[in-house]
Amino acid sequence: MNVKYLLSGFVIVAAACGFSKAAPQPKTQPTSATQTAAHSNGKQTAASQGSVHGDEGQRIFEQNCSRCHNAPDGFSPRISGTVLRHMRVRASLSQHDEQELLRFMNP
Amino acid sequence: MPHCRLRFPLANAARTARHIAVVLTILCAGRYGGAQDTPLLSGGVGFFTSTNGGNTTYQPVIEPLLAAPIGQHVLIESRGALSETFTPRGNGLPGYDHTFFGAFTYLQGDAILTPHVTLVGGSFLIPFGTYNERLSPIWISNFQDGPLISSLGLMSTGTGLGGMLRGSAISRPKYSIDYAAYFSTRSGNEQLNSERSSGGRASLYLPEQRLEIGFSYNRLLQETHENFYGAHVWWEPKNTAFRLRSEFARGHHAQGYWIEADYRTQAFGGLDSFIGRFEPVFRMQQTFRRDTIVSDGLPLVNTQRADFGLDYNLPHNTRIITSYARQFSSTGDRNIWETGIVYRFLFPVWKGKSQ
Repeated sequence: MNVKYLLSGFVIVAAACGFSKAAPQPKTQPTSATQTAAHSNGKQTAASQGSVHGDEGQRIFEQNCSRCHNAPDGFSPRISGTVLRHMRVRASLSQHDEQELLRFMNP
Repeated sequence: MPHCRLRFPLANAARTARHIAVVLTILCAGRYGGAQDTPLLSGGVGFFTSTNGGNTTYQPVIEPLLAAPIGQHVLIESRGALSETFTPRGNGLPGYDHTFFGAFTYLQGDAILTPHVTLVGGSFLIPFGTYNERLSPIWISNFQDGPLISSLGLMSTGTGLGGMLRGSAISRPKYSIDYAAYFSTRSGNEQLNSERSSGGRASLYLPEQRLEIGFSYNRLLQETHENFYGAHVWWEPKNTAFRLRSEFARGHHAQGYWIEADYRTQAFGGLDSFIGRFEPVFRMQQTFRRDTIVSDGLPLVNTQRADFGLDYNLPHNTRIITSYARQFSSTGDRNIWETGIVYRFLFPVWKGKSQ
């Protein structure tokens, strides 16, 4: 019985890997991260404007934040510094990462 | 629910309210550097049901989190949990009994000393493995229940009272290393309960491979001294919404592991499409007894458990969490059905003009 569940788990994981390879994300696909920034200030994101800081911030977001949680749908830019200071401690972000994410959220 | 660590009856709720008032006063008394540094109130509100052996329990939960920066380098933060659990009376009696639980999960001050060192003081989550610090909030967990081994290395309280040094030791484009080292004193205080212990965690992260490997160690420093060892591996392939997370922990009396995989497809209009919001989740876990001394919160006999979950990520930070688990052990196999809905909130403590 246990072996069946183990096998089922591995099949799900394998299927997920195969599916994800078969359907790579288009580069123009907006991510939750960019939508977060867009919702928070009603402007185009730095990433969509192609700025270096926006790209760097988005990369850092995808590499760090989204490993644990989904991006919030939107929040006030007045707390973006507080959010990042909290996450710097919780996720052990570097000072550089914190600054780039702050620029990303407030382009 | 694995989140309520310090439990106390309803009669002590007033004391909790006073503590919260003190925290709020501290937060409001601070001077804040920039327009982006307004104190925030975040957290999750949820309603959960769990059916185990034919009995269904209902549990509304709220987990608020307060964070307030002071100046450019200090942050005061705290998280709590309040819940009411309704359980069937049993023995043929109709109706439900209900119990209130309240808890300060942690209350800590953070001082960013250098780009690589942050000093944490107060009551903090013990940095052992990944679940306690990263995945235990209800708005993050993929499952309503924590892993079976989640209590290993957490010194029965999940929190330490003392000091911790942590930060990013090295951060390069190809790799980064972070660390946390703490010392906790023993405290019998109802709100700040902790054991005397010390330990830490170190992790290596490879951004290109999206791979993280980490090790944890801590030692109980009172009564019978015991060592706890942990290891974790997380992998999130690039350009996918697939996550594989795993953890192993070994204590003096038991050991075990869990492996969790979740996935959201981007093939049908992206993550925010109707289909893309579905999130199938699978978790496999096993625990192994080394002796039968009951002291670590793990099952008394070797146990295997498979969790099959299907979550749905609604707009506006709301999440539906459902799962079915089958647990196998020599004391009897059982089914566990769980459903829940969680709303995550995040807003400034007070209104103000943005720059």
